[in-house]
Amino acid sequence: MDVLFRSVRELVERAETEGKLISELMIEQEMLISGRTREEIFAQMDRNLTVMEEAVERGLRGVQSVTGLTGGDAVLLQNYIAQGKSLAGDLLLDAVSKAVATNEVNAAMGTICATPTAGSAGVVPGTLFAVQNKLNPTREQMIRYLFTSGAFGFIVANNASISGAEGGCQAEVGSASAMAAAAIVEMAGGSPQQSSEAFAITLKNMLGLVCDPVAGLVEVPCVKRNAMGASNSLVAADMALAGVTSRIPCDEVIGAMYRIGQAMSPNLKETARGGLAATPTGKAITHAIFEGGNLKEILNSRTNN
Amino acid sequence: MKFTSVFDIIGPVMIGPSSSHTAGAARIGRVGRDLFGRQPKWVKIYLYGSFAETYRGHGTDVAIVGGLLDYDTDDERIKTAFEEAKKAGLQFEFIPETANKEHPNTARLLMGDDEGEMSVEGISIGGGKIEISEVNGFKLRLTGGMPAILVVHDDRAGCIANVANCLAMHEVNIGHMEVSRIERGLTALMVIEVDQNIDERILEQISYIPHITKVSKINN
Repeated sequence: MDVLFRSVRELVERAETEGKLISELMIEQEMLISGRTREEIFAQMDRNLTVMEEAVERGLRGVQSVTGLTGGDAVLLQNYIAQGKSLAGDLLLDAVSKAVATNEVNAAMGTICATPTAGSAGVVPGTLFAVQNKLNPTREQMIRYLFTSGAFGFIVANNASISGAEGGCQAEVGSASAMAAAAIVEMAGGSPQQSSEAFAITLKNMLGLVCDPVAGLVEVPCVKRNAMGASNSLVAADMALAGVTSRIPCDEVIGAMYRIGQAMSPNLKETARGGLAATPTGKAITHAIFEGGNLKEILNSRTNN
Repeated sequence: MKFTSVFDIIGPVMIGPSSSHTAGAARIGRVGRDLFGRQPKWVKIYLYGSFAETYRGHGTDVAIVGGLLDYDTDDERIKTAFEEAKKAGLQFEFIPETANKEHPNTARLLMGDDEGEMSVEGISIGGGKIEISEVNGFKLRLTGGMPAILVVHDDRAGCIANVANCLAMHEVNIGHMEVSRIERGLTALMVIEVDQNIDERILEQISYIPHITKVSKINN
């Protein structure tokens, strides 16, 4: 199969030699592979963007998952920002709340766009809609943000993994966060090389992250990990834009992520047998959900502690 | 390359909560139905690895049944697929297995009705992408991302050429083709990925070719 890039190095080299944006190369490659026109490809990504917008809006109005385990935190965060209390900064916390909003909708079996997966669907839109307020992008630039994220995700998916069951949460939220960081850099006017630095910095900081969902559900800790992933993306993007580079090249970081995933115990890869899922409370929640225990009681006792 | 399109990464639009366990599962069910050629009357759904451990919480169960009812990954009816199946006359049973499969997210569908039975094994490789790894005991690799036809036939000289000729006559271009057999001279299987969706008429013509026993297709 003829593709324009298989590695980040190839992607960045081509972008810089041809004087093109990374998003442009992703669009050109999609045209090449699918035989579809630029307009068709743009239109499909535009629809995905709309789905993301609707999910964030829905989450910010407040949702509850079927189990009752997650929901409502996006609203709490927005209220907190509105009170002017944010220590980390409004933009950062806005991204965090919008990432949470998306994942709360996901946990409630709502409609979302997987980016790259459903469990990690909050980071890319969360950061996008937060930086939107600062950078005032056009609709086209917002769609390009998704193509840039997609270009990096494409490389990770083909050279490592984007599946928690295969590579742990580093492969899901880790990849999503690194993808978002690279896209923020492009939208903020950084170079393709700076996008790759932001990607490498983010993924490096999420290496080794296990996938240990309580009761096997995409709720705890997934929703909050998307929040942390979003903040990681913004910090790494700022670092790259400031001129900070990664000592380990991007493709080597991706390779390391893959090998760490291989070395990880299956108990820590979406089987709900290890990590937070195996804590006493994690087990009690599992029991309550699947064997008729009292989930409300467990959740209330947590709040009262 | 396992992932070919940017929409494998930014997408699919889907009902939550898990691309591997919900969207991928729906796709396995739907491709299973396509290969069977119609909605089965009954299905036994064997789940392996992470599918077996977590299928209830992820809605893997409703998603597979939704796929068998021909629902896409973003079809809201996935949530009520069990009731819809009852209305549609589809009986289903879930059987979590402890055996280890090569991939942690594997499901095998044993489907049937008064006219026949078929076994289809699919794996969910991440981000909603799937591969079909086995059909009726034949190992294969089919992504479901391209239109394809599967031809079960007697292992005789000329069969493959005759099918290829039939496709050529209708100007259908073959993108990728795999042939396999369980034992020499017995039953064999052709997996043919093609550039466009195949017309029922062409399938029917292939089914008339000598030594061809079954033809099914996946549209995309």
